[in-house]
Amino acid sequence: MMEIRLKLNGKTITDHIDADLLLIDFVRRHGCLSVKRGCETANCGLCTVLMDGKPVLSCSLLAARADGHEIYTLEGLQQEAEAFVGFIADEGADQCGFCNPGYVMNTIALLRENPNPTDDEIRAYLAGNLCRCSGYEGQLRGIRRFLNSRAEGGSHAE
Amino acid sequence: MITIHKYVRAQSLEEAYALNQSRRNRIIGGMLWLKMSTLNIATAIDLSGLGLDTIEETDDAFSIGAMVTLRQLEQHQGLNRYMNGAAAEAVSSIVGVQFRNMATVGGSLWGRFGFSDVLTLFLAADSYVELYKGGVVPLAQFAAMKPDRDILVRLIVKKTSASFAYRSMRIQRTDFPVITCAVSRVNDCFCASVGARPHKAILLRDDEGILAGGITEESAAAFASSVAQRCPTGGNLRGSAAYRTHLIRVLVKRAILALGGNA
Ligand SMILES: Cc1cc2nc3c(=O)[nH]c(=O)nc-3n(C[C@H](O)[C@H](O)[C@H](O)COP(=O)(O)OP(=O)(O)OC[C@H]3O[C@@H](n4cnc5c(N)ncnc54)[C@H](O)[C@@H]3O)c2cc1C
Ligand code: FES
Ligand code: FES
Repeated sequence: MMEIRLKLNGKTITDHIDADLLLIDFVRRHGCLSVKRGCETANCGLCTVLMDGKPVLSCSLLAARADGHEIYTLEGLQQEAEAFVGFIADEGADQCGFCNPGYVMNTIALLRENPNPTDDEIRAYLAGNLCRCSGYEGQLRGIRRFLNSRAEGGSHAE
Repeated sequence: MITIHKYVRAQSLEEAYALNQSRRNRIIGGMLWLKMSTLNIATAIDLSGLGLDTIEETDDAFSIGAMVTLRQLEQHQGLNRYMNGAAAEAVSSIVGVQFRNMATVGGSLWGRFGFSDVLTLFLAADSYVELYKGGVVPLAQFAAMKPDRDILVRLIVKKTSASFAYRSMRIQRTDFPVITCAVSRVNDCFCASVGARPHKAILLRDDEGILAGGITEESAAAFASSVAQRCPTGGNLRGSAAYRTHLIRVLVKRAILALGGNA
């Protein structure tokens, strides 16, 4: 067992962990159940969390390596997500919805890094998020509609 | 699945090297490749506290720490200016942004993977790796060495009068490549590095001087044919040897034309 101390969704947490505990299991143990296992081979993006603001795959990262760092999951970023998830839902992009938390987390990272992405930049940034159901066009249309609406000063509620 | 009994964030390279002499211990880079294997590791040696996560540019070279991520290669302006965007092009199809935020240059080169976009790219440049005990070794020589218990500290890319272009082919975006290809003109010598053959990348030079008279449709096609003829290929589930040889002819030509400014 080893001790780690990190910030999870803004709260400092100290815990004793096994050396091979994966970050996905650590955050789930601390109540962040939006973070899910898909492939577990670093291929699907479902387990995306932000570490020091950068999107990473929690299925393939040791919790030990997150010691001293800041982690955010969807639980801590609800407000930021709310701005655009409605647009994506309206485009029918969520079918089974399983891929959604990973998509939302990586879209947050995209929009922080590049607030006005082109369609190709959206496709490139989200390429590591796999979706079994939608064919990806719905997500792209939803993000595009969000960006257009924001440029016009609107929000989803209006 | 990997089992790890103890985790150590090394305080010095000496400590990491000493720990790495036991066959039961393992250096972890991004851990993405390691995690796919079945391994029982006594001590995982993490290099992330050693300041090896930066790309330093001087007048003569780029010094790229072993823990630099593929995303840093993609986004580094100086490196991409020098390589005409080839670094970004080479890594941009490797899984996704999240993955590239984790996968390291050290792990990518240490693995000497047949499919490696990273090895293919840097073989086409004047590149060296610095090993903790083994010293500075040309990348091509390192690629041919068997993995031992040393540590890759950094990659050094020497600046010369050079230009680069990169092309690869994937059956589907984010999949492993079917063929990878980097071409360069370094001090007026042209060469092509070809990987995912499916074997490790190799470097083929324009020894016949096919491109010496300038880059045209004809000379690019002739050089591409010469590379395709000389480059051994094999088959696997992503493609046959003949398909790969065909792709080499197409991609080397395109990359050479891009080098000449007619992409
Ligand atoms: C699903 C998947 C898809 C991929 N697709 C591609 C692709 O399309 N193109 C491509 O080029 N690559 C691809 N890769 C490979 C990937 O880009 C990395 O090269 C690979 O994961 C190794 O990097 P890492 O940082 O994860 O290393 P790790 O997995 O941590 O380490 C790999 C090996 O190197 C050793 N090691 C690590 N760092 C050092 C060091 N500094 N000194 C000595 N030894 C060290 C480790 O002990 C281990 O043996 C893929 C990998 C995966 C898992
Ligand atoms: S579960 Fe982590 S990438 Fe698929
Ligand atoms: S909606 Fe089912 S996986 Fe994306």
